[in-house]
Amino acid sequence: MATIDADNRREIARLPTRPISLEDRYDPPANFLEIEILNPETHGFGNKRYTDYEIRMKTNLPVFRIKECSVRRRYSDFEWLRRELERDSKIVVPSLPSKAWKRQVPAFLRRDDGIFEDEFIEERRKGLEQFINKVAGHPLAQNERSLHVFLQDTTIDYDKYVPGKVRNS
Amino acid sequence: MDILGLGSKVDADFILDPKGQRKQVDVKIDETKRSSQYVYYNGEDVAGTVQIKLKKNSKVEHQGIRLEFVGQIEMLSDRSTIHEFTNLTKLLAFPGELTENVSMDFDFLNVEKPYESYMGINIKLRYFLRLTIIKRFSNNVFERDICVQQLSQYPEINNSIKMEVGIEDCLHIEFEYNKSKYHLKDVIVGKIYFLLVRIKIKHMEIAIIKKESSGTGPNIYAENETIAKYEIMDGAPVRGESIPIRLFLAGYDLTPTMKDIQRKFSVRYFLNLVLIDEEERRYFKQQEITLWRKQDKDKDKTKQSTKQYAHFERPNAANQSEENGSGTNATDNSPATEVVSSENKSDAFSD
Repeated sequence: MATIDADNRREIARLPTRPISLEDRYDPPANFLEIEILNPETHGFGNKRYTDYEIRMKTNLPVFRIKECSVRRRYSDFEWLRRELERDSKIVVPSLPSKAWKRQVPAFLRRDDGIFEDEFIEERRKGLEQFINKVAGHPLAQNERSLHVFLQDTTIDYDKYVPGKVRNS
Repeated sequence: MDILGLGSKVDADFILDPKGQRKQVDVKIDETKRSSQYVYYNGEDVAGTVQIKLKKNSKVEHQGIRLEFVGQIEMLSDRSTIHEFTNLTKLLAFPGELTENVSMDFDFLNVEKPYESYMGINIKLRYFLRLTIIKRFSNNVFERDICVQQLSQYPEINNSIKMEVGIEDCLHIEFEYNKSKYHLKDVIVGKIYFLLVRIKIKHMEIAIIKKESSGTGPNIYAENETIAKYEIMDGAPVRGESIPIRLFLAGYDLTPTMKDIQRKFSVRYFLNLVLIDEEERRYFKQQEITLWRKQDKDKDKTKQSTKQYAHFERPNAANQSEENGSGTNATDNSPATEVVSSENKSDAFSD
């Protein structure tokens, strides 16, 4: 196809544009948001064990009060977040990695360590990372207090928590 | 196209353009079939000759031979209701007998053809000649469609469309299209300017959507069709960036905008600007544009069917001044921020 010679065809020439400032072009982008899920640790002994994960977040979005934070959360905390978002926000919340009921069958009936197997924990970690990135990047979810409590409060105080919206600071 | 019954003794053909002066177009009749039809404009005569051919050594007794010029709207959704808005009749022959092939001239003078022919998803607006050989038990009916095109002049006013839209605190853009009314071989020239980008955009595309709506009141039936989709940006923009748009309409199957034809149907066109983020969430803004049909500059009256070309022909000097004379480009800068809606079911943005 012949190249378009727009200079000779004034009627299809580009519309005039505003120049972009050097700051705008080379500054870090305004949409920086990175959430990683790392360092799974299993706490406790015997059948009172549970696994939690570090959630490390870095962002420059003004809606998040803290720009760099790290908290530890377990699977049930993710389930809580999902329930809150399903109820209060208008988004269709993505699903979590599975609950793995089969793996929670008593230890003597299983050949392996159930939900505390390294392989399973790694799979779950990946699924949780996908989940939280999808959710945290959603403009409507960013207005939900539950998301901010989940990502930025050191521990989730289930007694004191009240659902609500977050406005941009 | 004539209806030829199996074992029928009669066949008829319409000769509409003996001197080869009339333009033809390729018309899509349905999903698979296309046919060539002569183009007529409003006010033109519809004249020609009907040739009736008989099978060898057969005779046909009839109660009259009637020729009609019909304009009708067919609505496929409403149990194929047919609404006739034009019907001109001529009696070509009194009751009698056909013993040999015969040619009959006809001339419908200054025929009003107020709407453009339209073959849509749910609506068909067609004009055709219908020859009926009336018989005692079953008539012989032959039809020939013609294609009516409605030409318009350059609009006196043709403002550009310029608007700021977005989702508060997340995404603000200003989009601009150089006109609000485009002819079918026009070029959409525009730009998208990013004012605020707090989401991770993966790419942006623009689409032309045709909305055909029929019926009134509680029974409105709408069909949407994406005529074209075109990626205009690949990658993540930052605040202050401008992305150009240049979309040639001649390559697409478009019709003029039709509003409330005989209060039966409308065909409207929209530009749909869509931004897609890294999680496949879609943010879109639809904007209506008006399409109109310009007279072809091509004065060549050969029998070739008109083809739509994708590249834009350089207009000559006379036409250049015509285009300059079209309306001022006042910008319509609405101060209110409109919400960009998401069309993905997984997002429930309010509009």
